[in-house]
Amino acid sequence: MGLQMLVPFGPWSWLFFLVALKCGGASSDLNESTNASPQHEPDVRFAAAGSEPAETVSVFALDYDYVQIPYEVTLWILLASLAKIGFHLSHRLPGLMPESCLLILVGALVGAIIFGTDHKSPPVMDSSIYFLYLLPPIVLEGGYFMPTRPFFENIGSILWWAGLGALINAFGIGLSLYLVCQVQAFGLSDVNLLHNLLFGSLISAVDPVAVLAVFEEARVNQQLYMMIFGEALLNDGISVVLYNILIAFTKMHKFEDIEPVDILAGCARFIIVGCGGVFFGVIFGFISAFITRFTQNISAIEPLIVFMFSYLSYLVAETLYLSGILAITACAVTMKKYVEENVSQTSYTTIKYFMKMLSSVSETLIFMFMGVSTVGKNHEWNWAFVCFTLAFCQIWRAISVFALFYISNQFRTFPFSIKDQCIIFYSGVRGAGSFSLAFLLPLSLFPRKKMFVTATLVVIYFTVFIQGITIGPLVRYLDVRKTNKKESINEELHTRLMDHLKAGIEDVCGQWSHYQVRDKFKKFDHKYLRKILIRENLPKSSIVSLYKKLEMKQAIEMAETGILSSTAFSMPHQAQRIQETKRLSPEDVESMRDILTHNMYQVRQRTLSYNKYNLKPQTSEKQAKEILIRRQNTFRESARKGHSLPWGKPAGTRNIRYLSFPYSRPQPAGRDVRVAEFTDHDGSDAEVPTIMFNTHSPTGSLQEGQRTQEIIPMKNLHRGGKPAHLGYQRNRAQEEQLGGGRRVVLRPKPLFHAVDEDFESGEESEEEASAIGSRWSAEHRPGRDLQGSHSPLLQSK
Amino acid sequence: MGSCSSRAARIPDVDSIQRETGFSQASLLRLYHRFRALDKNEKGYLSRVDLQEIGALAVNPLGDRIIDSFFPDGSLQLDFPGFVRVLAHFRPVDVEDLRNRDPQEPEPLNSRMNKLRFAFQLYDLDRDGKISRHEMLQVLRLMVGVQVTEEQLESIADRTVQEADEDGDGAVSFLEFAKSLEKMNIEQKMSIRILK
Repeated sequence: MGLQMLVPFGPWSWLFFLVALKCGGASSDLNESTNASPQHEPDVRFAAAGSEPAETVSVFALDYDYVQIPYEVTLWILLASLAKIGFHLSHRLPGLMPESCLLILVGALVGAIIFGTDHKSPPVMDSSIYFLYLLPPIVLEGGYFMPTRPFFENIGSILWWAGLGALINAFGIGLSLYLVCQVQAFGLSDVNLLHNLLFGSLISAVDPVAVLAVFEEARVNQQLYMMIFGEALLNDGISVVLYNILIAFTKMHKFEDIEPVDILAGCARFIIVGCGGVFFGVIFGFISAFITRFTQNISAIEPLIVFMFSYLSYLVAETLYLSGILAITACAVTMKKYVEENVSQTSYTTIKYFMKMLSSVSETLIFMFMGVSTVGKNHEWNWAFVCFTLAFCQIWRAISVFALFYISNQFRTFPFSIKDQCIIFYSGVRGAGSFSLAFLLPLSLFPRKKMFVTATLVVIYFTVFIQGITIGPLVRYLDVRKTNKKESINEELHTRLMDHLKAGIEDVCGQWSHYQVRDKFKKFDHKYLRKILIRENLPKSSIVSLYKKLEMKQAIEMAETGILSSTAFSMPHQAQRIQETKRLSPEDVESMRDILTHNMYQVRQRTLSYNKYNLKPQTSEKQAKEILIRRQNTFRESARKGHSLPWGKPAGTRNIRYLSFPYSRPQPAGRDVRVAEFTDHDGSDAEVPTIMFNTHSPTGSLQEGQRTQEIIPMKNLHRGGKPAHLGYQRNRAQEEQLGGGRRVVLRPKPLFHAVDEDFESGEESEEEASAIGSRWSAEHRPGRDLQGSHSPLLQSK
Repeated sequence: MGSCSSRAARIPDVDSIQRETGFSQASLLRLYHRFRALDKNEKGYLSRVDLQEIGALAVNPLGDRIIDSFFPDGSLQLDFPGFVRVLAHFRPVDVEDLRNRDPQEPEPLNSRMNKLRFAFQLYDLDRDGKISRHEMLQVLRLMVGVQVTEEQLESIADRTVQEADEDGDGAVSFLEFAKSLEKMNIEQKMSIRILK
C-alpha cells in the first residue's frame, strides 16, 4: 500500500516541479520587488545570500518568492476543495446549481483578492502548460468513465450530433458574428472572417456534463444521457482541432488570401487529424492493455502504466500534429475494458480516484484562473459583440439541436422526444474549455483578443449560472411524471414493488442491441482480443474471491449487529396484537410512511449515473450486498435445516421448535415460510403439519386447510416405498421444492448442474426412495445423492 | 421484413404466440434470441437456474419472486411460449389496440387488469386470491432494509392491509388491490419500452 501511495505523488510533484521551474523564470522577471539575486535555482540562493553583504545571520526570515508559485497554487486548490466540502454539506445546493458555479465563484473571489491586494498572480496558464498538463487529465477522465456499451450502441447518433453539431455551431456563430461585424456602427470592422470563425469555434466548446448532476434524480433516460455524455466527450476534441486549423490559417494568411484549395486542405486536415488521433489512441490502448497482462506481481505500477500510456498517446499524437484529445479519449475507451479485468482491485480503485483527482485539480486551476482574469483590468467591453455572441450561441444551438435530431430521429428506433431535445438544448453550458482557448489566443495575431476574452467570460457566466440554475426546475417541470401529492402507504409500497418488478423483467429481457456490428465485434473480441490481452486463469476466480471478501465483511457486520439471527424476532407479545385493528393517529401514519420511504430498497438504476466531480458513493453497492447477504442467509438457513450432515443436530432442534409452535404463533420471517414448506413436506411425524402461514385472519384456517390439502398428497407419496413411477414423481416434487427453496446467489453453475444432472439422470430406485423417505422424519433433504453432492459443494463455498 | 420472417419461422408456433401476446415479429425474434442465450445448455427450455444466473436479478429484492412468476403452477421448465407470455404483460399499451379491441375476445395480456393481476400474484404466494397480512409482511420484509425493526414492519403491514381492505376480512382481495391503485398510471409503470 505504501508503494501505491507513492505512485500518485509521482506525476503530481513532477507537474509542480515543472510549473515551478517555468514560472520561476517568469516570476523572477516580473517580480521586481525584494531580492536581486535570481531565484530559480535554489542552490544558487545560498551562494547569493552568502555574497550579499548581510549585517547579521537572520534567525528568522521569510522567503516568499521561493515558494510563491507552488504555495499559491496549493492554496487555490485547497480553497476550492473547502468550498466543495461546504457545497456538498448543504443538502439543497447540489440540486440547485452545478458545481461549476461554485468553482467559478471561488475563482472570482480569489481573483478579487489578488486584484485587491495588487499581487502578481502566478502565471500558471500559458499555452504549453494548458495543452500539455492541464487538458489531458480532464479529457482522460471523460474518456475513462464513459460507459462503453451504451456509447457504442448509440455511436451513430453521437457522432452525428457531436461532430456536426460542433461544426454547425462553430461556423454558424462565426459567420453570423462576421455579418454583425460588418455593420459599421458597432466598431468591429477590423475583426475579419477568420477571427470570427475562430471565435465561433472556441465558443462552441460546450461542457454539458457539468449540469448532469443537477437533474440526475429526474431519471433521465439512458439514450439522452449518452447523447450528452458523448457530446461532452467529443466536443472538446473537435473544437480544439478546429481551433488549431484556424490558427494555422490565420498564421499563413495574414493578408486574407485564402483560396479554395486551402479550404479543401483544411477539411482534409480536419478528417486526418481526427481519425489519426483516434488511430493512435487505439493502438496505445491495446499496448497498455497487453502490458497489464503481465503485472500480476507488481500491481503497484499498474496505475502508472495506465496513466503513462494514455499520456504518451496524447504526446505522440501531438507530435504528429494529430488530435491529442481524441487520441487520449480513444486510448482510455479502448483500454478500459481489458485493464479493468487485468488489474488488481486496489489498482483499479487507485486509477479511478486518481483520475478524478487529477481532472478536478486541472479544472479547478482553470476556473481559478478564469476568476483571476475576470476581476482585472484586461477587459474590453463591446456591447454589440457580447450581446450578439450570447444571442447567437443560443440560437445556433437550438438550430443545430432541432435540425440534427429531426434528421437522426428518422433513423432511430427510439426517437428522441421534444422534451429530450429541449433538455439537450438547454444543457449547452460552456465551461473551462472555451475560456482556455480564448485566453490562449496569441495577441499578435488577434489584436482584439481582449474583447474575445470578455465575450467568452460573459457567455460562460451566463450559461453556467443562469442555465445551470434553471435547468433543474426546467427538467422537473418537463418530467411530468412526478406528482408531489402524498401517496398512501399502499401506493408507495406497490409502486416500489412495481419498479422492482419492472427492473427485474428488464434484466430478464436483457440488452437489445441493434447492430450486427456490435455482435460481430463481440465475437472477434472473445476469440482473439481477450486471449491476447487478458490474463490467463484470471477473470472468474478473482471476481468471485473479491466478492466473497467483500461479502464476508458485510456479513460479519450484519451478523454482529444481530440482524441476521433468525430467531431474534420477538414472538410472544406479538400474539396480542393479532386481532386488534389499531386506531392509528395521522402522525403514526406519517412516520410509517417516512420509514417506508427511507428504508425501502432503491430500484437498481439502469440509467447511467455519472458525476463529474466525485465518484458516486457506494450506496447501491451496499444495498446490493445487503440483499445478497440476506438471500444467501435465507438459503443457508433453509439448507441447514434440511441437512443430515454436520449441521444435522442443530437443524433437527430447529425443526422441532418450529413444529411445536402453537397454532396462533405468527410466522416470523419469510424464509421460514420456505422452511415450513419443507417441514410440511416431511411432516409425516409432526402433529402440526401445516405450519401457520396465516394465523390472524378468519380466513387463515381456510388457507391452512387448503395448504394441508395440497401437502397431504405429497406426504402420502413420501411414506414408504413406492413403485418407480411414483418415485419419479416424487423426485420431481422434490426438485421443485428444492428449486423453490434454493436461492443461491452467484456462480451456482457447477453446484446446480451437478445436482440437476443427478436428478435428471436419476430415476431413483425404489430402495433409495424409501431410504430417503425414512430420512425425512427429522430433516428433509430429498435425496441422498443430493446430500452427497450438496455438502461438498456447499463446503467448498 | 422478408428476411425477418424467414428467421421468425424458426420459432415454433410463432403465429399463435403472436396472436396471444401481440408482439411484433421483430420483438418475438429478439425475445427468441434472448431465450436461446439464456438457455445455456440448449435444452430447449429454461429452468430456474438459468434465470437465477442473471446477475442483476440476484440483487433485486424481489428476484426470487420474479423468477417464480415465470414458473406458474410449480412447473420446472419454461418453454418459449411461456416465457413470452409473461413478458407480454409488460408490453406497452397501444391506444390503437384498445380502441379496436373486440369485446368478445379475452383481454390482451398487457391490459391494465392483467398487469395488475401479474403484480398481485407477486404478493399472493398461496394463490388464494387474497393478500393476507402475513403475505404483505413478507413482501415488506423483502423490500425494506435491515434497519427497520420487526415491529415497525408489522405495523406498516397492518396499516397497509387496513387501508386497502374494504370488506373487513383482514386481507386484500384483487379488486381491493386494484381499487387502491386506481389513481396510478399502471399502464406506464408496468410497461417496458423495448417490448413494443
